[in-house]
Amino acid sequence: MRVKSIVCVKRVPDTEARVRIAADGQSIETAGVKFVLNPYDEFAVEAALKHKEAAGAGDVTVLSVGGGESAETLRTALAMGADAAVLLKSAGPLEGLAVARVIAEEVKGREYDLLLFGMKAIDDDLQAVGPMVAELLGIPAATAVTEFSVEGGKATATREIEGGSEVVELKLPCAITLTKGAYEPRYASLKGIMAAKKKPLEEKPAAGGESGVKVEKLSYPAERSAGRIVGEGPDAVPELLRLLRNEAKVL
Amino acid sequence: MAGIMAFAESRDGEVRKVAHEVVTAARKLADALGTEVHAVVLGPAGSAAAAGELGGFGADKVFVGESDAFAHYSAEGFTTVLAAFLKEHGCDAALFPASAQGKDLAPRVAARLGVGYASEATALDVGGGQVVATRPEYAGKLFAKVSFAGKPAVVSLRPNVFTPVESAKAGEVQKLDVSVNAADFGAVVREIRAAAEAKLDVGEAPIVISGGRGLQNPDNFKLLEELAAAFGGRAAVGASRAVVDAGWRPHGDQVGQTGKTVAPTLYFAVGISGAIQHLAGMRTSRFIVAINKDPEAPIFKVADYGIVGDLFQILPRLTEEVRKMLA
Repeated sequence: MRVKSIVCVKRVPDTEARVRIAADGQSIETAGVKFVLNPYDEFAVEAALKHKEAAGAGDVTVLSVGGGESAETLRTALAMGADAAVLLKSAGPLEGLAVARVIAEEVKGREYDLLLFGMKAIDDDLQAVGPMVAELLGIPAATAVTEFSVEGGKATATREIEGGSEVVELKLPCAITLTKGAYEPRYASLKGIMAAKKKPLEEKPAAGGESGVKVEKLSYPAERSAGRIVGEGPDAVPELLRLLRNEAKVL
Repeated sequence: MAGIMAFAESRDGEVRKVAHEVVTAARKLADALGTEVHAVVLGPAGSAAAAGELGGFGADKVFVGESDAFAHYSAEGFTTVLAAFLKEHGCDAALFPASAQGKDLAPRVAARLGVGYASEATALDVGGGQVVATRPEYAGKLFAKVSFAGKPAVVSLRPNVFTPVESAKAGEVQKLDVSVNAADFGAVVREIRAAAEAKLDVGEAPIVISGGRGLQNPDNFKLLEELAAAFGGRAAVGASRAVVDAGWRPHGDQVGQTGKTVAPTLYFAVGISGAIQHLAGMRTSRFIVAINKDPEAPIFKVADYGIVGDLFQILPRLTEEVRKMLA
């Protein structure tokens, strides 16, 4: 048995980054921002590596759509243990459907069992590219998966739903988007980082990425007006409840 | 023909609360565009029973597609039926709840039709006759106004933001032909496992009580569970990233940039200092209450009301007073 995976990853600003709107009003200022491999994509890379190791054979290809800087993100995944990387270079950032079209175009000519994604990218929070690619390729998908097994030509995935979980059985090849669960991402070892430099990283232009939506304008959320300290300690509780009932009118 | 399609999610033969929100939002959009609301319910035989109530939230027509193939949710089966419906009716927009099911389904429908998709919208407007969606990015650090290149505009709506409004429309129930076969599905739901206790999801609960490091150990979350119980089934317990990373609480309860972004009516941050990624995930809550021993904690900058002090003394009192108040 072998498990061949393609893992789609994205370069995103770190969660602790202060995000500022650029002069065009439609994109963000990237100068001085620390970028990382999208945290949810780390779960997907880890899942691919685990399943390849468990099967004893296979390979893991990581794929990204983005600018030249995304090569660095792909090297991070290679350092974790992925075997090869593909960068589909786009001139600027692309929206979800456009990215899905670029990925589908690239992947349709490839052989794979699993097409893995992070459940969402923490920049645009769209949470859509995985199922969109699956639809464009005509393969089944499960989203927000915490754990899955691969056996006998099918995958069995547990996905998070409101108030519980859902177990989905998928024919291979299939797409799975990962959330936090059984795949705690490994740290790249020094050896892994050195080895990553010699692994193949193919760069080519992103093809066929027509957009479905356009961001007209970005804005900051309305500042919350400064609240007030109701009091100190448990004696402040009755006043808090009075305010919630009579002023906020939420109780 | 045109119209706004509202996907009315159901589970176990009942229309979910998020469906009321989606139909309400569809009503407003339809009024702005001068068109009708078509609610769509998909499920096993018997799903029509609960569908009639959707007229009460503004659905002009309720289309019900019943099939044995829909004993469980099927992304592929639902996509086939909805995409055909949207094409046939030439809908201007297709609205979904940003629930686990909605966020699985809506992107597939958009991709099938080759049209754009905006998720987790917090506002819908019409500009120049076109649908414009407002949606958070970076977990709410920014908001984007998004326009659509084609029709329908496919949008999922953040739970709790579009408050259901009663609006008596006909809600005439019509049968929708479903010609799908479960044998053709590449993905099949085998089992639904409920959590140990039937609990509200932090993304959908009207009241969220989140705990952080200040709780000191996982057992102390029972103090939050007790407060949640005092609110009588309207509250869910959330958690900060720190305590989820520490393994105290499941990731499904995490509020923040690498967890859920929530917008409840009332949010309690207990023993949470207020890291930027946490604030991003809860700042659109209607009212925020912070309980923290450090008066300088950043959480107080976004809170409407704060109590400074020892949460181990404050919480039991709060639970007791809430019980009395709501008794």
